[in-house]
Amino acid sequence: MTKYYQPEIECASREQIQQWQDERLVKQVKHVWDNVPYYRAKMEAAGVTPEDIKSTADLHKLPFITKDDLRECYPYGLLAKPLDECVRIQSTSGTTGKRVVAFYTQHDIDLWEECCARAIMAVGGDKDDVCHVSYGYGLFTGGPGLNGGSHKVGCLTLPMSSGNTERQLQFMTDLGSTILCCTPSYAAYLGESAKEMGITDKLKLKAGIFGAEAWTEEMRRDIEKSLGLKAYDIYGLTEISGPGVSFECEAQSGMHINEDHFIAEIINPETGEVLPEGEKGELVFTSITKEAFPLLRYRTRDICVLSREKCPCGRTHVKMCKPMGRSDDMLIIRGVNVFPSQIESVLLAQGFPPNYQIIVDRVNNTDTFDINVEMPPEKFTDTVREVTAMEKELVAALKAMLGIVAKVHLMAPKSIQRSEGKAVRVVDKRKLY
Amino acid sequence: MSVKQISVFVENQAGLLSEVTTLLADNGINLRALSIADTSDFGILRIIVEDVEKAAQILRDHGNTYTVTEVLAVKMDDKTGGLAKILKVLADAEIFLEYAYAFLLQKPGEACLIIRVPDNDAAEAALAAAGIGIAKQEDLF
Ligand SMILES: [Zn+2]
Repeated sequence: MTKYYQPEIECASREQIQQWQDERLVKQVKHVWDNVPYYRAKMEAAGVTPEDIKSTADLHKLPFITKDDLRECYPYGLLAKPLDECVRIQSTSGTTGKRVVAFYTQHDIDLWEECCARAIMAVGGDKDDVCHVSYGYGLFTGGPGLNGGSHKVGCLTLPMSSGNTERQLQFMTDLGSTILCCTPSYAAYLGESAKEMGITDKLKLKAGIFGAEAWTEEMRRDIEKSLGLKAYDIYGLTEISGPGVSFECEAQSGMHINEDHFIAEIINPETGEVLPEGEKGELVFTSITKEAFPLLRYRTRDICVLSREKCPCGRTHVKMCKPMGRSDDMLIIRGVNVFPSQIESVLLAQGFPPNYQIIVDRVNNTDTFDINVEMPPEKFTDTVREVTAMEKELVAALKAMLGIVAKVHLMAPKSIQRSEGKAVRVVDKRKLY
Repeated sequence: MSVKQISVFVENQAGLLSEVTTLLADNGINLRALSIADTSDFGILRIIVEDVEKAAQILRDHGNTYTVTEVLAVKMDDKTGGLAKILKVLADAEIFLEYAYAFLLQKPGEACLIIRVPDNDAAEAALAAAGIGIAKQEDLF
């Protein structure tokens, strides 16, 4: 039986969702215009005032906001509420430059935790469940978000945080954890450790909510097998709120975006133009209920497709696919968008190591597209016929994924630089800087 | 009674083939027989050596992709018609020949044809029935 945390919202009619979005967007634009000088200046520069935004149909008139803006505004530049109304900060694990700090009022925290509660109930969670949260706690949003959601659902919450695997498994067996929340790689590790300790059959887990990093369908199957649970994806960004911006339901085929809080758009990352629904492009979010740290048209850099196909779970909110790559990595070859991550997934599926190099050039006004691929000993045979067939199969699989033909060159493993040496995956000779 | 052949993957770039043969020579590996198959894109160097284990180790240590295959070393008279006789036996028995290459043995007048077929036992039986012998690895050195 499908259970919802807020059925009247999660299964609302499209008209109702549209109405919420229209009203809340208008209010949110006015809120940032009145309270955030940085936004007002950006909007003025773009020649837009709050009066121009009457519904979501006007959303495209607003300028984008990027991670660079967030860094420039560190720490208080985008704050839209007085500090005395804020109760929490969370921060991203930035790899370069300044960190990004997001602020929350109590209202913001409540809404965020409700989103996480929806995610927990979507995987079958209820107040009888024991929710084992092994995401990190602290500045990282993973632990606090799922912890809050678990409280809202009424689960017995185990605030484990990450690490100390033996203790994790001990609590899991002694207290009978039924729902596990952590990163997919840690879930895989817990599964292996449980097997080594010979306690797999003592686990009572039924569902896992795994996010905060990229993972494949193959990993999903492995984790489901090793921990004996159903594995579900969850998506979120600290900038927007945290985990629970979208979450997977029982259908395990894409994540429902909480559209009463976030408006999603798909844009062409090169031109910024909004793309028709169903097309692949960069995911952009507008948070329409956030008080302290609202973002209008935040560019996530995640490449994604949205789908409004009817979901068997009964939820009416739009679904996003697992992010397929980062727009920063996107190449345009013969007019087609190509992501290195797509090439990597084809190589893995065909049994080639993900050690490759893409070489793009322009000859006689036409793009050339070559991929150097490692010939692994496990696949190599002594006959030209078989090796050629392998090469042809790879070319066909790449064409099916990318839509264009790449020239594949099989190389000896030593010819392509290894990743520990900071491999150069893309050599684009067309650029004339 | 097959013999072990080492096949090495070679990129089709000038110099890379000699890099592999030089590597083996520098490590005291003597190539008894050698054949190269190449396409516009890559090549496969096939070799028969006495110490298969040692050669494989050297190739592995130097990051080469290789594979070891069981092939048949067919005894062949070093005179006109020797090759044709073997090929006719295989054709009559409807045995698909993936590839073949010949080389002379130390003993004057004796040669050997390396053949790669789907089923070594079937080929050996067909050849034996026609009075053609098969050499062992140690017979080649
Ligand atoms: Zn659903």
